[in-house]
Parts: sequence; structure tokens; C-alpha cells
Amino acid sequence: MKKEESKKLTVAELPVGGVVEAGTAVNFHTGSWRSRRPVWSKDKCISCLVCWVSCPDGSIRLVPDEKRINIVDGIDYDHCKGCGICEKECPTAIGAITMEEEKK
Amino acid sequence: MIKSMYSKGSLVAKTGNEIMAEALRQIEPDVVAAYPITPATEIVQIFSQFVADGVVKSEYVAVESEHSAMSATIAASAAGARAATSTSSQGLCLMWEMLYIASGLRLPIVMAEVNRAISAPININADHSDTMGARDTGWIQIYSEDSQEAYDNMIQATKIAEKAKLPTLVAMDGFITSHCMEVVEAYSDTDVKAFVGEYKPERYLLDVKNPYTLGSIDLQDYYFEHRYQLAQAMRDAKSIILDVAEEFKRTFWREYGFYEKYMLDDAEVAIVVIGSTAGNVKVVVKELREKGVKAGLLKIRVYRPFPKEQIAKDLAHVKAVAVIDRSDSCSGAFPPLYCDVVTSLYSAGILNPKILSYIYGIGGREFCGEQIIKVYETLGKVAFGLEKPSGEVEYINVRIK
Repeated sequence: MKKEESKKLTVAELPVGGVVEAGTAVNFHTGSWRSRRPVWSKDKCISCLVCWVSCPDGSIRLVPDEKRINIVDGIDYDHCKGCGICEKECPTAIGAITMEEEKK
Repeated sequence: MIKSMYSKGSLVAKTGNEIMAEALRQIEPDVVAAYPITPATEIVQIFSQFVADGVVKSEYVAVESEHSAMSATIAASAAGARAATSTSSQGLCLMWEMLYIASGLRLPIVMAEVNRAISAPININADHSDTMGARDTGWIQIYSEDSQEAYDNMIQATKIAEKAKLPTLVAMDGFITSHCMEVVEAYSDTDVKAFVGEYKPERYLLDVKNPYTLGSIDLQDYYFEHRYQLAQAMRDAKSIILDVAEEFKRTFWREYGFYEKYMLDDAEVAIVVIGSTAGNVKVVVKELREKGVKAGLLKIRVYRPFPKEQIAKDLAHVKAVAVIDRSDSCSGAFPPLYCDVVTSLYSAGILNPKILSYIYGIGGREFCGEQIIKVYETLGKVAFGLEKPSGEVEYINVRIK
């Protein structure tokens, strides 16, 4: 956020009532808060999408396959806060996501 | 007697509550959310009957508390609806934190507020403690002397709120105005609807094609700017209020301003008051004028935004002024209206008028002719140097010793 400091909006420029344009959360990289990181295994994953449904931050990335069905494509580390819900919710028999210590 | 040049009205005998519900029926907000039992008066109860009878198309939301009433009204307004509610006393207190959210999000909510005392001890009679407590919440506050004014103010408030993007409350005195039956001139539905017009918000949350975030966190780098916007909006609302009053006069032939001056222009002594008591004071002023006393009255209609420049100008020539408050701020100093009047004069560099502070009518305590005459007598003595102002707030008609 620091780089925007030089062009902060004035009272006259700001939308009234604290209105903020949609989708600004994308610019805020909450991934820096993470102390543990989920590691996704492409080989084990069956794309059941349980992790995608469970992720509170929408940080499970999806892509369409050749039949245009959405499949898991990994983790969005810019926004994943490392809560570990995906690891917990991933079916035990699959175990496609494991939490590891965040490296410096 | 009611006099008017508006030809399409009808004279009706209604209580303040009934005529306020009538105003809401004519305005026909998209959503009314309220908790319609004591401490609130009958306003929303009557309105909910209109909804049940299919007289209005408004969505009526019966909620479980005033906190929820204000929350639901805020949500409806943010979604893009014209939203209104009504309450009193403890009910307004329970809305507290949500009042700030309504103004902070700049939602043009309209509220019919009946001024009633605050517990403890329990009392639901007239005084201004409830709305005076909310004077810094960023709501426009418009007070009414009688039912006609309450009705007229409610119709204007809808327009003022939407133009200023500020929530607006219209107040009238509990029981004295709210439950007392008076003759009121009601306007035609067509004219009221045409006056308030259709509500077209610039942005609203249900406009899914233009999404935005409302109510996000706003820290050191932007919060101050947003609060400045709110304070400035309140200052800018002054011209909007006068414009709407002008339009109202052209349509319904009744004149309104920030306040009413009653025999004030050449007055040597004057009382500044809010609400129904102005009626009693007018009677006394007239009697005193017949005896040759240059008495006058300034009745506040718009309390927030406070018309400081105009009041300073209109009181500058008065020798002695009594500001009589119907609430006590318990500040250890002076009550709210007194502080606003004195700071308005002082900041304008007007130091001549001697200004006395009185508190009257707390919890519905009577304030009648004799007591008003006594205030004018004191003002007369102070004006001509026979008595020095005490420098303290004086309480009228309370048994201290």
C-alpha cells in the first residue's frame, strides 16, 4: 500500500459515505500474514473442490480443463492467510494439501 | 385558525401521531422498519395498519428492538430503498450506534421522532433529552411547534435528506403535540407525492451491475477525510433546507426557515425556545406587547445544522435573551441550546446581548403563562441594568428547597 501514499485522495475527490470501489481486496496482499503455508499436490488432488468451497479467502485457484470443467490449479499465495482449513477439509484418503512452516 | 392559500387541502382533526402517519402514508417509503410499542408513540402502529389494509405499498418490517429497527432501515436505504422509521425516548437511545452508521454511510433515512423524557426514573412525557443527546450524530434535526408543522416538516424532510444525503429526524413534543388533537390542513396525495418525487439514488447495493463496497474499514489515512465530508455536508445542508422550504412554499403556501421570528425585529427582550412551548410564549409576547413591553421570540425549527450566522444577526440587537432548554446536559456548565446560541453570538463577535440560561419542562413538567412572564420580567431587569445575570443555569418550577 505504501507506493500509493503520494496520491491519496482529498475530501473533494473521495466518494461520499465511505464507498469503496468493488474488488479492492485483490490489491491487498494478506498472504504476508501467513506463518504456515498449504502445499498442494497436483498428483493426489481429485478436484472435488471441497477446499475451494471451504477457503474463507477464495485462495484456491481454479482453471477449466479440456472439457471446460473447473479443476484445482493450486493456491493463491498472495491472499492465502495460512489458516489451514483446506488441509483439514481435504478428504483424509486424498490428503492433497499439507501445511508446512512458512520459510523466511 | 388554520389559514392557507392552498386550494386542494382538507381540514382534518388529527393527533400529531395520526398526521405523522398520514405524512408517511403519502410519502409511501419503500421500507418502514420499526418497533411500534412504548416508548414509541402510535405513529408506526397507525402506519402498519395502512400496510395491513393495503393502503400503501410500503414493505413494513416489524423488528425486535429499536437497534434492529435502525439497522433494518439502514440496510434498506443502502440497498436503494426510500426508508423511514419512527421512535421516541429510550427507543432513540437504543438506536444510538446505528444513528452514527446511518449518517456515516450518508443514507437519507427519515425518522419521525416524538420527544419524550429518558429513564431513570421512568417517564415518557415531553422533554428534549432524547434528541438533544443525538445532536452530534450527524443527523439533521427539525423541530415542530404543532401538528401542522410536524406534518409539513416530515414532507420536507424526505426531500432534504435525499438532497443532502443525510439522515433527517423530525421531532415533535410528546403528548402535547403527539397525542393532542388539532385541526391540520392535509394536502392532496397527488401534490405530496409530486413534491417528494421518486427516489433515485446515485448508487445502491442492489445495483448488481455496478458493485461497490460499503462500510469497509477506514483508518488513519482516510477516516478523517470521510468525517470532514460529513461535517461539511451538514454545513452545506443549510442551503438545501432553505431551497426545499422555498419549493414547499410555492406548492403548499406555508413558509418555513431555520427558525421563526415572532415580534423579534424590534425586541429588547427575547426568549429562544424549541418546540410546542413556543405557542405559550407567543401568547405571553402578545400580552406584553399590548402593555408596551418590547418582547420577542425566536423559535428554533432547524437545530442541526445550527444556523449560527443568521441567529447571531437576528439576536444582535436584543438587550437580554433567555435561552430556555427542555433538556439538561448534566455537563456541569450549561444546557445544549444555550451553548449553541452563546457560541454563535460570541464567534460572530457579538457580545452585547446578556444571555440567560433556563431549564424548564423536564419530564413533562408544566411551564405556563405566569412562569414565562417571570422570565420576561427578569430579562427586563437585566436589560436595563437593574439586575445582574446570575451566570448560572436557572431551573424553572422545580422544588429545590
